[in-house]
Amino acid sequence: MADLINLTIDGKPVQAAPGTLVINAAKQVGIEIPSFCYYDGLTLQAACRMCLVEVEKTPKLQVGCTLPVAEGMVVHTDSPLVHQSRKGMVEFLLTNHPLDCPVCDKGGECELQDMTFRYGMGESRFLEQKMHVDEQQWSPVVFYDKPRCILCYRCVRICDEGMGVNALGVVNRGAVSEIAPNHFDHLECDECGMCIDICPVGALTSGAYRYKTRPWEMKHVGTICTHCADGCKTTLGVRNNEIIRGNNRDRSGINGEFLCVKGRYAFDFVHSAERLQAPLLRKNGKLEPVSWAEALATVAKKFQQAQASGGKFAVIGSNHTSNEENYYLQSFAREVLGTNNIDHHRTGDVPALLDALSGKTDALATSADLYERKAILVIASDLAQQHPFLSFQIRANYRHHGAHIYTVTPGPVREQKYAVRSIMTIPGRELADVELLREQLKAEPELVIVFGDAIKGDAVHKLVAFGASLGIPVRYVCLVDYSNSRGASDMGLAPNHGPGYQAVAEPGLAYDEILAATDLDVLWVVGANPLKHLDLASSRAFVVVNDMFLTETAQRADVVFPAASAYEKSGTVTNVCGEVQRLKAGLQVMGAKPDLEIIGLIAKEMGQDIGIWSPDKVLEEIRTNVRGYNIPLPVIATGGAAQTTPVNGHVPLSARPELIQSARDSLFTSGSLGRYSKMLNSVLEGPGGLYSEERP
Amino acid sequence: MLYNEPSPLEVKVVTKRFGMPNSHSLDAYLATDGFKAFFKAMQMTPEQIVEEVKISALRGRGGAGFPAGMKWSFVPRTSPKPKYVIINADESEPGTCKDRLLMENDPHQLIEGILIAGRAVDAHKGYIYIRGEYRYLIEHMDRAIAEAYGRGYLGKNIQGTGFDFDLYTHSGAGAYECGEETALLDSIEGKRGIPRMKPPFPAVVGAWQSPTLLNNVETLSAVPAIIRDGGAAFAALGTPKNGGTRMICLSGHINKPGVYELPVGFNLLRMIHEVGGGMRNGKKLKAVVPGGSSCPILKAEECDIPMDFDTLAKIKSMLGSGGTVILDEDTCMVRFALRIMKFYAHESCGWCIPCREGTTWLKRMLERFHSGMGQKSDIPMIGELSKNMLGRTFCALGDAAAMPTISIVEKFPEDFEAHLNGQPCPYAHAAEPVFA
Repeated sequence: MADLINLTIDGKPVQAAPGTLVINAAKQVGIEIPSFCYYDGLTLQAACRMCLVEVEKTPKLQVGCTLPVAEGMVVHTDSPLVHQSRKGMVEFLLTNHPLDCPVCDKGGECELQDMTFRYGMGESRFLEQKMHVDEQQWSPVVFYDKPRCILCYRCVRICDEGMGVNALGVVNRGAVSEIAPNHFDHLECDECGMCIDICPVGALTSGAYRYKTRPWEMKHVGTICTHCADGCKTTLGVRNNEIIRGNNRDRSGINGEFLCVKGRYAFDFVHSAERLQAPLLRKNGKLEPVSWAEALATVAKKFQQAQASGGKFAVIGSNHTSNEENYYLQSFAREVLGTNNIDHHRTGDVPALLDALSGKTDALATSADLYERKAILVIASDLAQQHPFLSFQIRANYRHHGAHIYTVTPGPVREQKYAVRSIMTIPGRELADVELLREQLKAEPELVIVFGDAIKGDAVHKLVAFGASLGIPVRYVCLVDYSNSRGASDMGLAPNHGPGYQAVAEPGLAYDEILAATDLDVLWVVGANPLKHLDLASSRAFVVVNDMFLTETAQRADVVFPAASAYEKSGTVTNVCGEVQRLKAGLQVMGAKPDLEIIGLIAKEMGQDIGIWSPDKVLEEIRTNVRGYNIPLPVIATGGAAQTTPVNGHVPLSARPELIQSARDSLFTSGSLGRYSKMLNSVLEGPGGLYSEERP
Repeated sequence: MLYNEPSPLEVKVVTKRFGMPNSHSLDAYLATDGFKAFFKAMQMTPEQIVEEVKISALRGRGGAGFPAGMKWSFVPRTSPKPKYVIINADESEPGTCKDRLLMENDPHQLIEGILIAGRAVDAHKGYIYIRGEYRYLIEHMDRAIAEAYGRGYLGKNIQGTGFDFDLYTHSGAGAYECGEETALLDSIEGKRGIPRMKPPFPAVVGAWQSPTLLNNVETLSAVPAIIRDGGAAFAALGTPKNGGTRMICLSGHINKPGVYELPVGFNLLRMIHEVGGGMRNGKKLKAVVPGGSSCPILKAEECDIPMDFDTLAKIKSMLGSGGTVILDEDTCMVRFALRIMKFYAHESCGWCIPCREGTTWLKRMLERFHSGMGQKSDIPMIGELSKNMLGRTFCALGDAAAMPTISIVEKFPEDFEAHLNGQPCPYAHAAEPVFA
């Protein structure tokens, strides 16, 4: 490591690495240099001039956010001159500012408000008339209020640099400059809302949140987004059992400030009018609401009858439910119902990857690896659409570390813009085309390979063999679709393996076989919707469904239990990189219960004991019984992510890799959840995606 | 051709062909020592050229007065990247009108200067960035460039010397800010004209991330003479550290406004009375803007000084870009300050807060003040707001707006007080002020 540089800030000695900016060096010793336009990770701007500091032996005030530390530098951030300068800047900023804090969404968490409070003057000397510009709506979720804008260009930069979308720019000049959207009067973009969260003032406001509440009236619940598999932390703003917003302004969690349109806005399915609020029981051919007691009794009785008569059971689990629920569900299926006919919609061949990596250590990439490793190879996935956070990490890696990106995809993807080499492949030829990169990849110091569902079964083994032949450290990410697809696999929602990929003696029926079996007596579907695409062959089957909505599957059910969403329960989920994070219940929706509780209640009703249904208790069991899940509790308890350690041994493979199929959700869809999110459906625009032709 | 009557007091170096018939043609240029310096430079090493420019004590004529030879030596000649010579012809400073005359009357002198600069920094491409309002000049310059190409003074293997150089014109789009060298670079790259952060300086990371030599038209126009006659001869024309001559753009309330080439260090009062033919209508001198609208203003009694960078710096003003504006006793200094601030508020690019908000606030405040709605407390506030901009903006535009304003309020408080209490402007009877 290079020698540290010694400087003094406000009399405190500071040691900082060469190249450190004064604003960050000051932070090291607890001195805050105020700033608007400086934002960690984005290009330097030096536009807001709030961070001006006095540096001895230089005649003018210096810009703290662009000035690198120098040996012997003496900085004053607290001198009368600096204070006077800040006061002047705040005064300039407020000249045309409407001062409408009482009705502004940002009021209470506004950086301009804070700065004015701390550095501004008590009275306004501006006697001229303020310039007014009417508010503009750019999309269902983005509103722009020009007079509040301080032109710090954070939004422009995050959209360009962070998202790679470049939908925002600046028009006009001088005092009438303003931020402008890419299509004259509206935005066509990812609708991620990053611009809104990053806005230090109330200039960009969210269509989902505006004029609904004040920040201090909400409970802020940090939990994990329930849509795609990336597992972003989202902080729900909950008031009176209603989620008002989702954001991650505190930059905590693996995703920092990142959230996509789903994480930020698609929580509203929770409050959909179509949510089930009471159990439904089929009476005279019609589903009718009944009490929990009646529904539970009916199911328990039916299960017991079928067991007594040697009936055939099957269970289909979900890739949205928590690890605890999945574990509990498979215990119920295997121990109570005595069947291995259990499966879920598999979206990526995780078992094949774990099997292929037998004997290797440090071979599974974390989401942080995508930001840190020197080279990334993306195979057969449109990350910007299906894994927006991974895509964000890769862009940040390129921007900050100059990572070498390679893509082998069947169509155009955003990563190509940054790639050193992109190969357009055709389905089935992916590995052959990856082979073309061999020489270039061999020259890289290390590599992360990210692959989609096109690589499954044998292909995964071939890919890992290819990686091993490069002679460099290689890490892998096997892409899966939903918030807990990985967890569903790890917890053993599979006919051929139990939790931790322990082989079962007698493999049961797989997903499509369950539905195709004509002699099925009982089918229990927990948080999945298999009947959307497939038919249930057994007409005599008694179907029990746990779901939030009356999906195609629920409509066929004999009993439907109203389930709670991920935002209403505690537990853990495992993301695409195998990182375990904690769900925290933000609210309760009347009538709905977490699946864990529903499973427990049925077991209890049947007089069976599969342990108590507390998420913490089940997690304890998981940590003990599931290989790789002995994760440090303090890490996840404090909102961190703990990567599961690989099984590191051969795991039972699926005999039928063709069952593995991604749902190809885009940035604006999310399986059956997406259907019930008004906000998500209102923003169905965006720049094409998933290899579409009209993509710009 | 635009050109005023010359003055006998002028020392003609860069303007020596002004007034000659067809001075803009290559033939006329070749007939009067044209391209001699270029051939001489081809015999010299790049180091010798830079050294000669250093000896000449030539200082940048765009306004900042940075020693040209030193700037040339900063360009890493051995860099593997392409190098560029970019000519700042975005002459937008109110009061300054010299570069247009140089391009109009003697374009080949500029081309020769560019070639020598190219030779000195190993650049083979040049761009003349001409302000958008000089549309006719772009065509004029293009014709001169075409003529030079046609006769082998541009292009491949110039005159058999083995030196290649391509020269292009590039139009500005009407932004004063693009005269700031880094904003000019952004503009030339096709971006919004916003100044860049320095360091790195354009000499190292300039156009298209490559080493770039950026000089004003007048600076490069002086180079052929320096190489031809030697740097020492050029330096001797001026004062120590202030070599050569300057084109002074005399305007305002004088009898013979015009552009005059005078040795650096020429006395300002003599300039007004002997070169400029004295005050118009026999009025008394009130103030002088020494070097373009961004320079702190001088009161009449401060004007008995030699016009060079260092003397003006000593009395806290600047020689700037040579736009000397003479104001007579009938000038309303409030209106003058307003006119200046209107310009800067209109031209502020909007990048940084103090300049964007400060200039507009001051403009509106001065408008109100001039209309008689001022308050006594506004007077110190004008100065205070200007000081809040001074030295705190991203580029020098904020300083350019603040410096004259501060000096006007400090030096002419009586003009401000005369507008208080709803009184009409005491100078309402006077002729239109300058810049109006």
